[in-house]
Amino acid sequence: MLNPKLKLNPSLFSENVEQIPIRKGFGQGLLLAGEADKNVVALCADLTESTQMNLFAEKFPKRFIEMGVAEQNLVTVSSGMAAMGKIPFCSSYAMFSPGRNWEQIRTTIAYNDKPVKIVGSHAGISVGADGGTHQALEDIALMRVIPNMDVISPCDAIEAKKATLALAKTGKPAYLRLAREKTPIITTEETPFEFGKAQIFWVPDAGLAQVGIIVTGSLTYRAMLAAKELEAKGTCPGQQGGIKTKVMNLSSIVPIDVEAIVALAKESKAIVTIEEHQVRGGMGSAVAEVLAQNYPVPIEFIGVQNSFGQSGTPDELIKHYKMDIPDIVFAVEKVLKRKI
Amino acid sequence: MLLTEEKIKKLGKTANLIRQSIIEMLVEAKSGHTAGPLGMTDIFTLFYFHILKHNPKDPFWEERDRLVLSNGHICPVLYATMAHSGYFPIEELKTLRKLGTRLQGHPHREYLPFIENSSGPLGEGLSQAIGMALADRMDEKDGSTSLTTSRFIYCFMSDGELDEGNSWEAIMLAGKHKLNNLIAVIDRNNIQIDGYTEHIMPLEPLADKWRAFNWHVIEVGGHDFKTLNKAVEEAQEIFEKPTVIIAHTIPGKGVSFMERDYKWHGKPPTKEEGELALKELRNA
Repeated sequence: MLNPKLKLNPSLFSENVEQIPIRKGFGQGLLLAGEADKNVVALCADLTESTQMNLFAEKFPKRFIEMGVAEQNLVTVSSGMAAMGKIPFCSSYAMFSPGRNWEQIRTTIAYNDKPVKIVGSHAGISVGADGGTHQALEDIALMRVIPNMDVISPCDAIEAKKATLALAKTGKPAYLRLAREKTPIITTEETPFEFGKAQIFWVPDAGLAQVGIIVTGSLTYRAMLAAKELEAKGTCPGQQGGIKTKVMNLSSIVPIDVEAIVALAKESKAIVTIEEHQVRGGMGSAVAEVLAQNYPVPIEFIGVQNSFGQSGTPDELIKHYKMDIPDIVFAVEKVLKRKI
Repeated sequence: MLLTEEKIKKLGKTANLIRQSIIEMLVEAKSGHTAGPLGMTDIFTLFYFHILKHNPKDPFWEERDRLVLSNGHICPVLYATMAHSGYFPIEELKTLRKLGTRLQGHPHREYLPFIENSSGPLGEGLSQAIGMALADRMDEKDGSTSLTTSRFIYCFMSDGELDEGNSWEAIMLAGKHKLNNLIAVIDRNNIQIDGYTEHIMPLEPLADKWRAFNWHVIEVGGHDFKTLNKAVEEAQEIFEKPTVIIAHTIPGKGVSFMERDYKWHGKPPTKEEGELALKELRNA
């Protein structure tokens, strides 16, 4: 069931669940952050509306810089503005920022310790029809290896709004990963948000979880549906009892909530990670690093397995690259069998 | 700012001492760049001892001018000039490139906080200077069209780093925003690691390129304090454009066997070579 402590969306499992692109939450959050602090500024590389910076740009035209299609300049100019006390949010598609300008981000933002917020929109395979060149599947890996860089990947538009407001106040460099497509709303305005903390969205009706599911970003909704299906399996004739799981929303990949991840592993003794990203180097790898050092348990990784994407609808692609609900169910059953 | 004959003499003496420090620290470090730092010594001296609004006793003074060094590999001249102007003891220069030093092989703010930026990878400094200049513009009072400025943002950069695409993205943006509070100084010494710039990747007609990107361009010799100072004054007066000063410098300036030889771009003098160089400088 939905974790009753977190005031999640009660209509989550309804067919008419409200859906909003995660990037929209960023746009709203940026506007609010701009209203709260005059030092918040925005820069964009010719994708103002796509990355939802238009709300901010219309309200604060003097605090918005249109950079043209120049992602290397986007982040380096942001660094200079931060040196003068500004809190720059700079946006493009994730494939180009941080995809194209990684060294500039490393040197002038992270190494230089400037509180620039790099916003990568249209991340993941669900970009869809634009095809493989535009589907950033390596951005979590690229950013989480840089010292001094926070990496946040919200699960829905409401969490993206809260994360944006929180990032405006950290005083640190950060990468915010956003998805393009409409995504079901999982949280509510009342759901607590604490920077750097993981949250358990789904808990068993009773008893301990047999498998822990750790998910980040837009696949969180599918993870919740899979958890529900797994628990209900026992009610179907001819099947054994359902599988009890907990679903953890790991929106903060750096800093990573070691305590919460280890607690989930200790309870379930088996983990499945889910992300719209290459398995190699992504969130699942980060979880594996934590568990290998603290509490080793079997892990199954859901994500793109060492390939580029292609054109298709988001749903087709998620199915094709084995990140859909049946794939999650299969991974949970598989890891359950691997338990020691 | 008025530059008297007396001040010019003093600057010359200071520049000579800075050059000696550069040789000494490079001999001690056994690695690092020599030609660029010696070539830029007169410009650094003029800025730190005459032009810059700064206070070595209060390095974080908010109203200070900002000087962004883009080509971080010439940092021996930055460190030596800062030490001679009182930011830290001259003795510390001998720690260059050693474990735990504040004087990293390429400048790092975490170790030496009173530099404006970490640098080394080329083509990024001008963008950071533009960000600073844009931030100052934003802080002007609403409705102000005066474009007056209380401080300047300076960017020292190399000619070789104009090979980088990032440099041209920056040059285009500054022209768009008519950043008259921004002054770039190019160390036009015609050398880079693999050879002469015009052989590696021709930059000429360099002045015309910057003009085409809506900058005001001043070309000047890089070793005469009087003409350099005049160029900076002109740059400060230009109203609706950023200014670039293309300063023609002699790499290795002040040490005859190093001058104009690109082989001295990326290597330090040996102990013996250092002694020869110091002898020449002391007798100059």
